[in-house]
Amino acid sequence: MNINATLIGQSVAFLIFVLFCMKFVWPPVIAALHERQKKIADGLDAASRAARDLELAHEKVGQQLREAKAQAAEIIEQAKKRGNQIVEEAVEKARIDADRVKVQAQAEIEQELNSVKDVLRAQLGALAVGGAEKILGATIDQNAHAELVNKLAAEI
Amino acid sequence: MAETTASGYIQHHLQNLTFGQHPTGGWGFAHTAAEAKEMGFWAFHVDTLGWSVALGLIFVLLFRMAAKKATSGQPGALQNFVEVLVEFVDGSVKDSFHGRSPVIAPLALTIFVWVFLMNAVDLIPVDWIPQVAMLISGDAHIPFRAVSTTDPNATLGMALSVFALIIFYSIKVKGIGGFIGELTLHPFGSKNIFVQALLIPVNFLLEFVTLIAKPISLALRLFGNMYAGELVFILIAVMFGSGLLWLSGLGVVLQWAWAVFHILIITLQAFIFMMLTIVYLSMAHEENH
Repeated sequence: MNINATLIGQSVAFLIFVLFCMKFVWPPVIAALHERQKKIADGLDAASRAARDLELAHEKVGQQLREAKAQAAEIIEQAKKRGNQIVEEAVEKARIDADRVKVQAQAEIEQELNSVKDVLRAQLGALAVGGAEKILGATIDQNAHAELVNKLAAEI
Repeated sequence: MAETTASGYIQHHLQNLTFGQHPTGGWGFAHTAAEAKEMGFWAFHVDTLGWSVALGLIFVLLFRMAAKKATSGQPGALQNFVEVLVEFVDGSVKDSFHGRSPVIAPLALTIFVWVFLMNAVDLIPVDWIPQVAMLISGDAHIPFRAVSTTDPNATLGMALSVFALIIFYSIKVKGIGGFIGELTLHPFGSKNIFVQALLIPVNFLLEFVTLIAKPISLALRLFGNMYAGELVFILIAVMFGSGLLWLSGLGVVLQWAWAVFHILIITLQAFIFMMLTIVYLSMAHEENH
């Protein structure tokens, strides 16, 4: 246990080890540590950002869903309204058509009636004239009594 | 074992393998304690230096291996281990030292791991390494101490290196005038210049003792703890040599118990050496004392 030059040897060895550690061991390890710390911090940041994004997306999806539902309801409503309208229009049109047909038919009937009346009237005139001829026994001048016959026919 | 008496056994275990110049001239290994003493200052404890340098090399190469492959991605087992130590030391340094210095953290890491490794050799049974040294050298009386930190030269060598750093940083941060002022103008100060001049020697005495006590306490604390621990191991080993069965049995139990307790001591002493180094250097960096 003598104090001797071992002291110096040990100091030199110590300083060399410290220098080596300072130059070649500490910087890479601490750099890796810091880099990993940064990576982890970035990762956590990204994760929280992603969570926030997800929340926003959920919100957006919900909103869009609500909008879509509202739109669908509106469309259905419109369709119903349109259907009713179409039915009403059809009914209206049918009614108008029916009226028109009816009016037309009445007009035709009227016209037919008139023409039948005319024919009957003419025949009645001729019959009356024929009857009168027979009664009188003589020929009545067609032309001289035409006016009278026509007047008679108009009266029937 | 070579020695027959217990005291001879103990003394043999406490003697370093010394290489130096014999008083008669010529260099060689000392064979007895007296011969080692006669070699004077310019002699080397080959065992201390050999073991400490070998363990230091294990430290730097192992850590260099991890540092070279250090990745910020998923670390391997070795890198993980190294990172745990580096983070631990970095945390300790950041807790006590508030300046920025590229030296202190690696210095602290080196001290912690190196001192721990040197201390840990103490857990190897006291006879194993000396027996191997005897077998290799073929000399049955060769002294060999494996635990470097039980050699005051080793602890004092490291403490003096730390002391040199303390003085270097004191002067670097405060300037040579500031450093001298710190040594002479505190703790007693006076506005009167004559009284101040009288107080300077008193202050210097106090502050110089404080300063010089740092490396001495640093070295002797580690040395004392490890030396005492080794001595207890040697005393327990003497029990095995007694030839009595019950004493040997007791020795086994004590050896185990002391080794378990010693695991705490070797770690704690390495930590204390590191922590005090950080504290001393942080004090050296502080401007207002």
